Amino acid sequence: MSKRLATGGRLIDRQHPLEFTFNGSKLRGYGGDTLASALLANDRMLLGRSFKYHRPRGLVASGAEEPNALVHLGEGTAMEPNQRATTTELFEGLSAQSQNHWPSLEFDIGAINARLARFLPAGFYYKMFIHPRPFWKHVFEPIIRRSAGLGRAPVAGDPDTYEHFHFFCDVMVIGGGIAGLQAALTAAQSGAKVLLVEQTAHWGGRAPLDGGTVAGSPVDNTVEEMLAALRALPNVTLRRRLMAAGIYDHGYVLGYEQLRDHAPDADGPRQRLWRIRAGHIITATGAVERPLSFAGNDIPGVMLASAIRDFAVNHGVAVGRRTVVVTNNDDAYLTAFALQDAGLEVPVILDARVLAEDSAAMARAKSLGIRVLMGHGIARVLGGKRVTAVQICSQAGDGTVLEQIGCEAVAMSGGWSPVVHLWSHCGGKLLWDETQAHFRPDVDKSPTGADGAAFVSAAGAASGAMRLADVLSSATAAGVRAAEAAGFDPGSVETPLAESPEEAPIAPVWLMPAHAGYDLRSKAWLDYQNDVKVSDVELAAREGFESVEHAKRYTTLGMATDQGKLSNINGLATLAAARGSTIPEVGTTTFRPPYTPISMGSIAGEARGEVFQPIRRTPLHDWHEANGAVWEPVGQWRRPYTYRRAGESTHDAVMRETRNTRENLGLLDASTLGKILVKGPDAGKFLDMLYTNMMSTLKPGRCRYGLMCSENGFLIDDGVVARLDQDTFLCHTTTGGAEHIHQHMEEWLQTEWWDWRVWVVNVTEAYAQIAVVGPNARKALEKLGGMDLSREALPFMGWADGTLGGFRVRVFRISFSGELSYEIAVEAGQGRALWDALMVVGYDLGVMPYGTEALHILRAEKGFIMIGDETDGTVIPQDLGLDWAISKKKDDYIGKRAQARSHMTDPARWKLVGLETLSGATLPDGAYAVGEGMNANGQRVTIGRVTSSYRSPNLGKGIAMGLVLNGPERMGEVLEFPGTDGATYRARIVDPVFYDKAGEKADV
Amino acid sequence: MSEPVTALGGAVFETGIATVREEPVQGMITLRGDLEDSAVRAAAIGASGAEMPDRGTITTSEDASLAWMSPDELMLLCPHGEVPERLARLQEGLGDAHALAVNVSDARALLSVVGPKARDVLAKLCPVDLSPGAFTPGMFRRTRMAQVGAAFWMPTEETFRVVCFRSQTQYVFDVLTVAAQKGSDVGIWPDPTGGG
Repeated sequence: MSKRLATGGRLIDRQHPLEFTFNGSKLRGYGGDTLASALLANDRMLLGRSFKYHRPRGLVASGAEEPNALVHLGEGTAMEPNQRATTTELFEGLSAQSQNHWPSLEFDIGAINARLARFLPAGFYYKMFIHPRPFWKHVFEPIIRRSAGLGRAPVAGDPDTYEHFHFFCDVMVIGGGIAGLQAALTAAQSGAKVLLVEQTAHWGGRAPLDGGTVAGSPVDNTVEEMLAALRALPNVTLRRRLMAAGIYDHGYVLGYEQLRDHAPDADGPRQRLWRIRAGHIITATGAVERPLSFAGNDIPGVMLASAIRDFAVNHGVAVGRRTVVVTNNDDAYLTAFALQDAGLEVPVILDARVLAEDSAAMARAKSLGIRVLMGHGIARVLGGKRVTAVQICSQAGDGTVLEQIGCEAVAMSGGWSPVVHLWSHCGGKLLWDETQAHFRPDVDKSPTGADGAAFVSAAGAASGAMRLADVLSSATAAGVRAAEAAGFDPGSVETPLAESPEEAPIAPVWLMPAHAGYDLRSKAWLDYQNDVKVSDVELAAREGFESVEHAKRYTTLGMATDQGKLSNINGLATLAAARGSTIPEVGTTTFRPPYTPISMGSIAGEARGEVFQPIRRTPLHDWHEANGAVWEPVGQWRRPYTYRRAGESTHDAVMRETRNTRENLGLLDASTLGKILVKGPDAGKFLDMLYTNMMSTLKPGRCRYGLMCSENGFLIDDGVVARLDQDTFLCHTTTGGAEHIHQHMEEWLQTEWWDWRVWVVNVTEAYAQIAVVGPNARKALEKLGGMDLSREALPFMGWADGTLGGFRVRVFRISFSGELSYEIAVEAGQGRALWDALMVVGYDLGVMPYGTEALHILRAEKGFIMIGDETDGTVIPQDLGLDWAISKKKDDYIGKRAQARSHMTDPARWKLVGLETLSGATLPDGAYAVGEGMNANGQRVTIGRVTSSYRSPNLGKGIAMGLVLNGPERMGEVLEFPGTDGATYRARIVDPVFYDKAGEKADV
Repeated sequence: MSEPVTALGGAVFETGIATVREEPVQGMITLRGDLEDSAVRAAAIGASGAEMPDRGTITTSEDASLAWMSPDELMLLCPHGEVPERLARLQEGLGDAHALAVNVSDARALLSVVGPKARDVLAKLCPVDLSPGAFTPGMFRRTRMAQVGAAFWMPTEETFRVVCFRSQTQYVFDVLTVAAQKGSDVGIWPDPTGGG
């Protein structure tokens, strides 16, 4: 059984007891515990069920590489799935639940899968469920989805807040172990601005556990001294609980800082995503220990030797009273020594190596009275929900059992793999180190920046330096390299002298015992989280999945939330053996960010709730909101769709506003329309190129409607241009078009016509613009007084500056409704006051504000097109019968050449017509007209589509516009439009101008 | 004319790590022109009383400022009521020079972020090096604030002035208050007052 030791635990505070719950049971731990160490202290060895076979699983590791101990953390809205117990700091009141089991952790029905393991090999799902085809969607997938997955998704919105933070430094050091500390100190001595980050709550990494001396004093003292030195430097920033999640081009690093995960009652955001730009990056990310592949290596109680040592030394927790150590290297002996120091029993060390003479570690073990068996390994671990015994065999054999030893824990070590993830994210390559049996960064193939120089250096164990002296010297070298790369002079730097015990070389062991039969291989786990065994990878190789990337996807090796931190090297070594090739020939799979999962909340940062996205408000927004506006998003703007009165439906409100504007007086907030000022001696020439029609001939004081096309000839925007003076034009764009038309103008001016003398400024938001529309429009403005707005003084398509009711305004005599209409621009800060004044003078004249839907109906009654309705990026002005707005006199305009192409001049292009249902009903928007026969895909031939469709209250029927094959030549013909409601609508082709065909109403 | 109103009517947020405030109306004139052109420079200096700003900086006279917006754009800041007069002076100074000067006061909003932790707030939202040595009073930056465009400068060591588009004022005010929420100081830069 696992338990808390009476003494020891360098990280825990026994004066600070904490209470927490696991699956509802109240348990106790100490400050400084992780959830993992606290659970072990309470003899909770079974923590979850595996993904595929629902096997009982406990802790394997003690850090970020842990594959099994994933829990639901928190309750209610704050519940989060798949949280690693090993990296979760304990706090008072923590609540955790195990996951992936039903009905309970102790008794799980899914465990039946384990009995069926022979029938669930790699690729089982691909093979089994491919036929019959329809069964996948309706039968197999729903069942598999229910049983698959690890955690439960949270049921409600996340109550926490998150934020981003931008930070810039010369050198960023990732990893606060002794290598990171030394590298940071070295780089900082040059004066460079240094950021040092550590993913855990503690500095020093594994050094204090691995021992050794620096400059004659124990290494934990050295850590403290280095920290003190770094803290004293003003150019150094130290940050704990901050994990570098990914390295990207140009020295960009994402850092994931956990602020309140260990202190949920504190104020402020829960997590902060750092967006860092570093001149040079040092990865001092350490190494993780590898499991050994023997049968039963997933039974709770079988753990990495380093993890058992960590729990004992850091947290004063024993995983078992009797621990068998099994290893292929000297490092695992440290675990045996640590356990003995803690008063625990190590009945035997099984060392798979056969050495000519005892290593220093072996000799020391023997001198301490520990039995050491060279050339031996584990045939099989016995036990169900926890380890009960191991069966010992010869490593060179087939697993014949030589002896059985009772124990409660197994500490295994297959060697150490440098954490090369961050090095690899941005293109750093690896080389296979034959001697140390691991992949390590290849300094000749570093990640390179824009200048071709390396911008990442590895230091310490992450670079493959496994002994203390090498760790420190590699860190010094990396610090010097980084400072120099960032343009600083590190001067002369000395590496403190370090000593650590001699070590005999590792002997790679990829399968234990070497000639294990199928029976043992199919119980030897590689990937714990995704339940991939040695036999699965061998099967993949036999079936031809030779590429490591293919074998990974076929077996799901390394594809779980731990991304194979423990399993990858063992897996590809197994693949290499099965293929009869070498490990470097097989290579690794691709390392991608994030290093460990980061929360979606941290990625979103502040962008949630009210500020999920920017909403643009006009100066009249508050009035609209207070007067029943039903909002319509138009780009990022919010515009009133209609103003609903008490008891009124949205449709009725739209009908009321549309009628009233034709009969009395309507007010429209037109502030969102784009307003771009274009000035200069070449402004006329410039606009002649931008618009299809001629703008340079426009007289000051006059307005002209214009069309803008893309280089490919397609209509992109329209609007009214007013000439303010000889050199200056004001171009109105659509609501959604202001920014990109402004950008379009700048692009042409900056890249093609850089020598034209034109300046452009987007003044959209400087003005509130109010359309005063309807037969009573002039009367209302005359009541405000101050300008002569008679037909003679300000004719249709003219504009004038003046003062109305005391407001400095610019009045445009333009109409998008076909009614008498003025658009009045006023400084935005006066917009609300002018609107209020118009509502007052309009009171006796039947004034009503109207929204965008009434605007649409009014323009459709007049057959005016709308960008985005009649256009969709594939429509040219000629399709819309707008040939009148295309100048024949100009040599060129943007889009002219494209419009001459054969496809653009094809008479079979669909053309704009009006559509009127025979029944008076409203056509479904977007409906297609069908013709005779079928196309090549067996679908009905289409000969047109509806682009706009409304109920017109003024005409008392449905009206529509559409693009129809040979439409203008087919006036009077009836087309069929099948609706999605099952009905077929019949509509007659008519002229698109439904109302006031002579255009008399606007020009009065 | 009635009294001009700002987008938020002077909203204030004071319960976080910095004070966020919508400032009263501010006169702003955009000047586009060749900043190497001596006539353009002379007109800008004449209308503002401030010196010509270098790239990325803002210069200030008694009651007006000149901010460098791009190699061919300046912004003249002055009291809101003085815009017509200063714009006229600017136009006069420009004479026949090829330039475009326009009143954009109402197209924009001015906010302030004040307090010893004001740098933290800005650094959460803008991809700018806001460490005390890197961004100092006298500098001017056009950048992105969360999802929208913005510009800012520091009149003093503990004050930022932020300019944004009028329609986005509520959004900018809101993201600034989220970034200034209680308990969210990053604690990375020394307190300019020497405290904390």
